[in-house]
Amino acid sequence: MSSQSATPTLFDLDQPESAVAKKRKSKKTPAASTKKAPSSRRATASSMAERQREISVSEFFTKNRHLLGFDSPLKALLTAVKEAVDNSLDACEEAGILPEISVEISQTGENRFRMAVEDNGPGVVDTQIGKIFGKLLYGSKFHKLSQSRGQQGIGISAAGMYGQLTTGKPVRILSRTGKRKDPVEFHLTIDTARNKPEIHHTEVIEWDKAHGTRVEIEMEARYQKGQRSVDMYLKQTAIANPHLTLHYTDPAGEAVSYPRSSEELPPETIEIKPHPHGVELGRLIAMLKETKSRSLSGFLKEEFSRVGPTVAKRIIKDAGKGLSEKSYPTRIAREEASALHAAIQKAKISSPSTDCIAPIGEKLLLSGLEKELEADFYVASMRPAAVYRGNPFQIEVGIAYGKPGGVGLEVTDEGRIRKKGKAKAAVEDLVGAADEPIRVLRLANRVPLLYQQSACAVTKAVIQTNWRGYGLQQPRGGLPIGPMAVVVHIASVWVPFTSESKEAIASYPEILKEIKLGLQECGRKLGTYIRKGKRIKREFEKRSYIEKYIPHIGIALQEILDLTEKDRDATVETLEDVLHKSRKF
Amino acid sequence: MAKKRAKKTTARARRTMSDLDKKTLKLVERTAETVRRSIDGRRLPELKFPIRSLSNVRYEKKTGYFELGRGRKARALSVNTVKNFAQTLRLMSISKDMVENNDFATKREAYYVSKNWGECKFNEQSESDAVMDDIEALASLDGLAREQLRYYPEEHGGSVAGNLVVIDRDSETGGEIRIDCTNFGSGSYSIPHAVEHLKFETKAKFILAIETGGMFQRLNNHKFWKTAQCILVEMAGVPSRATRRFIRVLSDSQKIPVYCFVDCDPYGIANIYRTLKVGSGNAAHINRFFCVPNAKFLGVTPQDIVDFKLQDATHPLQAVDIKRAKDALKNDPFFKAHKPWTTAIQQLLKMGVRAEQQALAKWGLNYVIEDYLPRKLKEKQKFLP
Repeated sequence: MSSQSATPTLFDLDQPESAVAKKRKSKKTPAASTKKAPSSRRATASSMAERQREISVSEFFTKNRHLLGFDSPLKALLTAVKEAVDNSLDACEEAGILPEISVEISQTGENRFRMAVEDNGPGVVDTQIGKIFGKLLYGSKFHKLSQSRGQQGIGISAAGMYGQLTTGKPVRILSRTGKRKDPVEFHLTIDTARNKPEIHHTEVIEWDKAHGTRVEIEMEARYQKGQRSVDMYLKQTAIANPHLTLHYTDPAGEAVSYPRSSEELPPETIEIKPHPHGVELGRLIAMLKETKSRSLSGFLKEEFSRVGPTVAKRIIKDAGKGLSEKSYPTRIAREEASALHAAIQKAKISSPSTDCIAPIGEKLLLSGLEKELEADFYVASMRPAAVYRGNPFQIEVGIAYGKPGGVGLEVTDEGRIRKKGKAKAAVEDLVGAADEPIRVLRLANRVPLLYQQSACAVTKAVIQTNWRGYGLQQPRGGLPIGPMAVVVHIASVWVPFTSESKEAIASYPEILKEIKLGLQECGRKLGTYIRKGKRIKREFEKRSYIEKYIPHIGIALQEILDLTEKDRDATVETLEDVLHKSRKF
Repeated sequence: MAKKRAKKTTARARRTMSDLDKKTLKLVERTAETVRRSIDGRRLPELKFPIRSLSNVRYEKKTGYFELGRGRKARALSVNTVKNFAQTLRLMSISKDMVENNDFATKREAYYVSKNWGECKFNEQSESDAVMDDIEALASLDGLAREQLRYYPEEHGGSVAGNLVVIDRDSETGGEIRIDCTNFGSGSYSIPHAVEHLKFETKAKFILAIETGGMFQRLNNHKFWKTAQCILVEMAGVPSRATRRFIRVLSDSQKIPVYCFVDCDPYGIANIYRTLKVGSGNAAHINRFFCVPNAKFLGVTPQDIVDFKLQDATHPLQAVDIKRAKDALKNDPFFKAHKPWTTAIQQLLKMGVRAEQQALAKWGLNYVIEDYLPRKLKEKQKFLP
């Protein structure tokens, strides 16, 4: 699963717009043109050949911006911020720098916004600036199997392209790679026909940052608060990245800061070789062609993880077709490769090593939730790493439940239950109301996913989990109801998204299963908490009920035994006391 | 409010207080004291009541009535009991007040008194009746009935006529009032709600307890009590508590037997007579006061239908009659304990008919006075137990 599967899907999509380019060479001319020329002259092969030409990737994306998450002005702003922040985080972590990122959004026109993302990362060397910000499908992360936020190398350049397309303005980039290096400002556009960057302006400037990058893109956009806003994305980013300090200024000029809660960078992720079980036939053929190994067994051992001499020997023996350990890889034909592929799939191969995954960690996830979500109960759990199609992945689940203060009751040392002081109302709350479906926060390699919730494996797993057993209401085939937020993080060397805009995770059975197990682990603890809350509430109601009648016992005793008012009140008070002590809770 | 009430306890009331009244006060105060002591000892208070159900009832052949067993239920203060608990104590408090002031309340009145208790009030009279039954069961252990707690039933007692002088008390002066039950002409003396304080003078040989008002009228108008030297008591169906207690006290104090004259059907036998004689199953706690163990069944017996040739003055037994009769044979400890009764009921079932007291009118309106009763009274050994 890499170039073989990623690239073709881009072009195979049957989007009507994506077909425009192809339609030019289609045999049938559009109805409009046939009307103009009723005499209908058919195209010849040579006339068609004249019109047939290469489609630039950039050109393709210009016309298919929805594939990358720029389909609405509202979403475009979020996607641009997201791509820039993802890049900054990846760069900082790779360079071993504790990230500190500022995001500013300002309105420049009726439907125009400028977003600026600045980090304290390693900066970008001058020669690479153009390619990174101005060329699609260019990057360091696509070809290697290791956990990172970005995967395909199209995000930030697509954002720049979108800005250029809607406002005509270039992307402004500031970069400094070190204290002794000059900070440089660039203005850059993309030549969409040739997928090439064009740098218009380069200038050495004053910048008080020792190192870092700043990207500014102006674009046609819309800004709105809510569940799928930039604000929400940044808040969730803070939860997912406890080592990140984030400053945010919204278009109204309001500034929010999310200080880091951990001084430790996530462990450096190791690049791994592909696992044999995750390799498709096409990819296998390509690898056979490209390898530098001189023997088949050498190829298997060097190009894949978890393949040793014994396994390689067995695979080759199973494949048959005259293949031997010494077969020369580049000379293996398609048919033999196919047999080899089948043998690989059948072979028993141990799971890929999982040390290449850097989960957030139970403790940090929990503290992130506590910091950013106002709730009464928090729980987090981390599943052991698992494998889908040869790719290791790991699931983490966190739950925040209940308005602060819970049921609003507490048990005192004397065994009495009393009402707690009213908790303050949360402003922008990720935990829903008691009569609403719960909120599902999805994180993939520490990146929050805000769109296409219902198509995502996480949502499916939440729906398929039986929350009634944990004391929540749940309509059939729906999300449970309650004041709750569920956070699910999937960390993997390759997160299987359903599309390039990286909005939903594909529902592989292994992934669904792991998410469900994680949810159940948290759910059990949640159930205990909810039951306790219900119990204390019931007990409080019972005691209130009893207390209603105790004064009457006092009156009766006073009347019968001719007690003084003082004696009566003392008796009533003692009785209440005895009652609270006797009712164990 | 409580203090005011305490002061209202007048000298008059104290002066006329009987032993039973003192006993009642003691019961109420002791109960409250137990509760208070538990609270002071920092324990949850509890009230212990006898269990009022057939499972805690035995038929004592020797004493002749249903008696409460040793089963007790403790009602500790809890969610389910607290309202009941408070209501019980408050009703007992009212009871104390009424004893001290020589007053009384009907069950309905007691229900309305509670309306002043705020959320502690009874919502239905059935609730106050149930609490009252519990208090009564508790009091019954001390030999006290509900009437001593000053809670009176709504229904009045039956009518009395015959050779009897009832000595009552004037509620104002406390002086004696003598009531001659021969002097009511075509009317009769009506049994009061509470009969404990009554005294009697009589030379009658027996008491005749009659089911229907019509039969009572006939016997009274023809002064049957004079010819037969007896006291007539009208029960009007199943006798009320006051009627039962009146017959009991009268019979006990004057040592005269009681003969029961009812319809010959399962209702007359299993309900009216059985209740008069041994009490009812679901009120076992009060039977010891309200039953009349020395009552005997004069008639109409199933054998009478044959002996007096009433076959053509009968009606067929209804399904409920048959069910009631079979139930009596199978489940009723009283009938099971007396062979003659099982035989009689079986005979009735075999005949499949019922005969009313009035069926005797077949032989003439006054056949009952001139023939039936004199003939029956000559063979008292033939009365059913």
